[in-house]
Amino acid sequence: MSLLTVSNLGKAYRVYASEFQRIGRWFGIPTKPSEEHWVLKHISFAIQPGEAIGIVGQNGAGKSTLLKMITGTLQPTEGSVQVNGRIAAILELGMGFSSDLSGRQNVFHAAGLMGFSAEQIADVIDDIEAFAEIGEYFDEPVRTYSSGMQMRVAFAVATAIRPDILIVDEALSVGDSYFQHKSFDRIREFQAQGTTLLIVSHDRGSIQALCNRAILLEKGTVIKDGRPEEVMDFYNALIAEKENATVQLRELEDGSIQTRSGSGEATIASVTLHNAAGDPIEYVSVGENVSLRISTKVNCAIPELVVGYLIKDRLGQPVFGTNTHHLGCKTQALEAGETVSYSFNFAANLGVGSYSVAVALHTTDSHIARNYEWVDLTLVFTVVNISQSEFVGLAWMPPTVESN
Amino acid sequence: MLELLRSLWSYRGFVFSSIRNEFSARFARSRLGGLWMIINPLAQVAIYALVLSNVLAAKLPGIENKYAYALYLMSGMLAWSLFAEIIGRCLTLFIDQGNLMKKMRFPRITLPVIVVGSCLLNYLLLFVALLAVFALLGQWPHLQMLWLIPLTVAVTALAVGIGLVLGVLNVFVRDVGQVIPILLQVWFWFTPVVYPANIIPDRFRAYMDMNPMYPIVTAYHDILVYAKTPDVTQIGVTIVISLALLLLGLFMFRRAAPEMVDVL
Repeated sequence: MSLLTVSNLGKAYRVYASEFQRIGRWFGIPTKPSEEHWVLKHISFAIQPGEAIGIVGQNGAGKSTLLKMITGTLQPTEGSVQVNGRIAAILELGMGFSSDLSGRQNVFHAAGLMGFSAEQIADVIDDIEAFAEIGEYFDEPVRTYSSGMQMRVAFAVATAIRPDILIVDEALSVGDSYFQHKSFDRIREFQAQGTTLLIVSHDRGSIQALCNRAILLEKGTVIKDGRPEEVMDFYNALIAEKENATVQLRELEDGSIQTRSGSGEATIASVTLHNAAGDPIEYVSVGENVSLRISTKVNCAIPELVVGYLIKDRLGQPVFGTNTHHLGCKTQALEAGETVSYSFNFAANLGVGSYSVAVALHTTDSHIARNYEWVDLTLVFTVVNISQSEFVGLAWMPPTVESN
Repeated sequence: MLELLRSLWSYRGFVFSSIRNEFSARFARSRLGGLWMIINPLAQVAIYALVLSNVLAAKLPGIENKYAYALYLMSGMLAWSLFAEIIGRCLTLFIDQGNLMKKMRFPRITLPVIVVGSCLLNYLLLFVALLAVFALLGQWPHLQMLWLIPLTVAVTALAVGIGLVLGVLNVFVRDVGQVIPILLQVWFWFTPVVYPANIIPDRFRAYMDMNPMYPIVTAYHDILVYAKTPDVTQIGVTIVISLALLLLGLFMFRRAAPEMVDVL
C-alpha cells in the first residue's frame, strides 16, 4: 500500500462577483464564481514507504500549493490526497511560538499544535532540549533568543518524533553550519529508519544527494517524474529555455536520458577525452593528465561564445565545472560557418567511478543569459585506480603522513 | 459533528496549553498582569456608578442597600462583558490566526474553543472579584447563585453562535469587523445594564423582548441583586435562540473552513 497517494489533484482559487455569492453557496444556493485561477491541475503520483522525493520547479510552478494540500492546510478543489501515516512539515519553523514564554513552554505548545499529547511531549522534552543545544536559554523567554536559537528549538520540536513522511523546504536554513549539518544528519537518520522524504529545493546537489526520485512541476502540472539526474537535467534545460528553443530528450544505449537544449546559433560538433599522448581514452587512471577537447560549430554570426563543461559523478552531482569566460579565454565576433576548438587540460584528480561531462555553449558567465546549446552526458568516462594507494571518495587529495 | 468532537479531544493538550499560555503571557511583563482583566470592568462600573448613581439609584425599587446601583451595574456588566468579549474575539479570530491556519495543520475548531476557554477564565476571575466587592458592600453569596451556571452556558452559546457567524463572514467581507463594534455599542445601550428596565417607555417594551440579551441580563439582576429565582420561561427562549445561533455558527464554520485559508 502506498504511503501517500495524490490522485488528479487540482486547486483553483475562485473569485466571486460578490462575496455574498460565495456565502450563498454554503447554504446550497447555486452561484457561479466569476473567475477561477487554476494553480494546480491533474496532479497524480503515489509515494511508497522509504522513498525520498525531490519536488522541483520554478517560482510559481505550484510547489508550495502542492505541499500545503499534502500537509492538509489547504483543501483541494478537485481530486484527493490520501495519506496513510503521520506527516511532519519543516516549512515554516517557529509557527505558534509566543515570545513571552520560555523555550520549554513553547515546545509543549508547538508540539500540542502538531497533535501530540502532553505525556508524549514530556517523554521527548529532554531529547529536544539536548538536540537544540541552547543551554540555559531553554528556560528563558523566546524573545531573548537569537533567530538561530529560535530555529534550533523549532527544528528540534518539528523532528522530535519520527514521522512517516517528512516534508522539508530546503530553502529553509536552520541556524549556523554546525546545526545545519546536525539537522541534515537527523533527516538522513529518519530516512534510514524508513521515513519518506519530500524535499523542495532548487539545489541540484541536495536533491541528488538525498532523493531517489524527483518530480518537476511547471505551470501547475507534473511535467517530469523520474530519476533525479534526469529531472534535474530537464529542469536546468528548462530554465535555460526561456527563449524560443526546444528541449530534446534522447535515450542513450545504457538507458539513461540525454537532454539537449538551446537556441542553436552555435552547436557542439564533438567532445572527446585524450591522454597526454593525444590518444582518445575512456578509462582514466587517478591523477592522470588528460585533455578534454570540445569543438564547436558556429551556425550564424554571434557576438561572443563561451564554452563551459561540468563533470558530474554517477549520481549526477556536480564535481567540477568551469567555462572559458572564467578561464579568461575569449572568442568574440564569430561569423557563420566558423569552427572553434578548445582543449581543457587538467589532471584527473578524481576518485574511482564513472563520470559524465555536460557541455554548454552560451554568452557571458552562465547558461541562463543566452543558451546556444546545452548537452548533458556528451561523454562518459571511468576513473580507475592503477597506480595510487587505496582511497575512497570523489576527489584525489594525496596526503603525506608522519607519525611521532 | 462527532468527528469534530473527536479531533477536539485529541487536541485538548493544545487547547489547554493555549489558554494557559495566553493567561501567563499576561503576567509576563506587567506588574499587575491578569488583574487588569478585572480592573478594567470594575473601573468602568465605578465610572458609571459615580456619574449616574444619583440619577438612577432612585429608580431601583425593592432594595435597601444604598449601594444598590453599583450592585446592579456590576451584575449586568458581568453578563455583558462575557458576551462582548467572546463576540469581539471571535470576530477577528480567523484573521488574527490566519498565518497559523495557512501554515499548520490542526483542527480549526480548537480556535474558537480556546477563545471561549480564555474568556470563561476571565469571567470567573471577574466573578470572584465581584463576590468580594459584593461582600464589601454587604451582599453575601447565596444559593440562588447556582442559577448562574446555566445562565453562563446560555450567554456563552449565544455569543459563540453570533461570534462564529460574524468571524466567518469577516474573513470574506472585512466591513463586518468594522461595523460590529459599533452595533455592539448600540446593543449595549439597548440592554438594561446601566439603567433599570423600568425606565424604558412602554412603547419600546415590545422591542425589548426581541433582544435575547434582555432576559439574560434581567436574570443576572434577579439573582445577584435581588437574590431571587429568575424567570425560567424567558431564559428558555433565549437558550433556544442561542442554540440555534450556535448551530448556524458551526454550520457556517464547517462550510467556510476550507475556503478561509484561500482568502486569508
